[in-house]
Amino acid sequence: MIVAENVWFSYPSKVEALKGVSLTINDGEFVAIMGQNGAGKSTFVKHFNGLLKPSRGVVRVDGVETTKSSVAALARNVGFVFQNPDHQLFSETVEEEIAFALKNFGFEKEVIEKRIEWALNLLSLTQYRKTSPFLLSGGERKRVALASVLAWDPQTLILDEPTIGQDHEQKEKLRQFIMQLQTQKKTVVVVTHDVEFVAECNPRVVLMKEGKIVADGVGKEILTDPPLLELSSIVLPQIAQVFTKLSELGLPKDVIDIYEAKNIILKAKESRHR
Amino acid sequence: MSVFDGLKFRKVYSPIHNLDPRMKFAYVIAIFVVAIIFYQVIPLLVLFFMQIPFVLLARVQRQWLRSLRGAAFLAAFIFIINVVTTYFTSGYTFTAINIENSTAMTLRFIVLVESFSVFFLTTSPDHLGLALEESRVPYEFAFAFTTAVRFVPVLAEEAQTIMDAQKARGLELEKGGLLKRIRNYIPILIPLIVSAIRRSLELAEAMESRAWGAAKKRTNLYSLKLHKGDFALLAITIGILALAVYAHFNVAVPTVSSLLGF
Repeated sequence: MIVAENVWFSYPSKVEALKGVSLTINDGEFVAIMGQNGAGKSTFVKHFNGLLKPSRGVVRVDGVETTKSSVAALARNVGFVFQNPDHQLFSETVEEEIAFALKNFGFEKEVIEKRIEWALNLLSLTQYRKTSPFLLSGGERKRVALASVLAWDPQTLILDEPTIGQDHEQKEKLRQFIMQLQTQKKTVVVVTHDVEFVAECNPRVVLMKEGKIVADGVGKEILTDPPLLELSSIVLPQIAQVFTKLSELGLPKDVIDIYEAKNIILKAKESRHR
Repeated sequence: MSVFDGLKFRKVYSPIHNLDPRMKFAYVIAIFVVAIIFYQVIPLLVLFFMQIPFVLLARVQRQWLRSLRGAAFLAAFIFIINVVTTYFTSGYTFTAINIENSTAMTLRFIVLVESFSVFFLTTSPDHLGLALEESRVPYEFAFAFTTAVRFVPVLAEEAQTIMDAQKARGLELEKGGLLKRIRNYIPILIPLIVSAIRRSLELAEAMESRAWGAAKKRTNLYSLKLHKGDFALLAITIGILALAVYAHFNVAVPTVSSLLGF
């Protein structure tokens, strides 16, 4: 469980990035943190594994204050996948890249072997086991970065902009993958601009603006609230846009799921024929 | 990364920022020459304090202090090496003069750092490139130089991100003996170098698709013109040089230890 209480943070350049943010993320939750550039999203999630420490306020991870623990100790339970995989890949082979964190955490040799196997399999990278990560495509590098974090099986997974540079198929795989983590009661925090991706996943949505949380609720409510989204320069998901335009016909506005949309339209069509 | 902070240009308007980069560079070179001419503490101290009005006028004192703090480690190193070598070369004795000479060498280094820091803090990379071009440096070289200067802060920021990313994977930079600590930097340096190379290739493609080098003769949007302040700085520069050369040949500079009666 991650608890942030009245967290303030300013960078050495005196920019106040967070102004009194409070948020509780329970075990097993799936949270999307959204907001425009510079809203403080990345700054906020970097507090969850202690990369940044609050200038005022407290962040507790499973009851431990982040100021009283090292990043390495916190990282054991909170995995953080950075936006740009090129900021972390350095090994000669994909296999060694995945082993890096496992060695840092002091896993046994046999366990490392098993975990590598498991992570490669999970992200369909087995064929690249002995390949240099630098020879892979952008999307594949991103998957290697993800695999290198998943390998130590942290309770919480933070993904910073995971959908950037991914084609639709990969995004869909990522979505299924997050759902799979959910069934294992893992906590997933996603920082993203990708409103369609969030609409498809329908997680809890936390909206940030200028270092503050302006909205926190279920995706279906927040992503269908035009004034609220406009405040954060986010466009409605396409399905919600269509239903907003169709609201004159007496259809509900709060629709973001494609199957729900289909059912509502079919029902409306039937009732008109009758 | 604090040394880099001392070189990072920020857009502010001040009388110093508006000076012609060529004049400023001539001034920095003059300070450089004077710092090399003298090996005594007193003139070097004078040289050190002479920069402070410029720093205050340019309102860059905070970044300037940071660059000095960044240079402190190297300065201490220079001081210790000087003290130790003079200890061995002067027949295993510590004398006030030895200490004073070591201080002078350290001060010389600090004067060089501080004057270059003021120059880079108050000169935009664009102006610098323009100054190089107008001094007949081939455009390719001028461009390479300004790009290098411009990317220093970018690389520093990237290094920070990479450090964060590796720390998030359990890397502890301050752990282990000396060798282990040096090895700890491999996961930082490789991504940094790889992404710098990748970025330079991308930059080259982007430049070429914008017709870089298409015409032999380039035109510029801005051109450098000398104003009153630039001539004043030139006069100051010549004055300092003349005074320093005169003092070097005609004035016996006293040492601090002789003044204090050691």
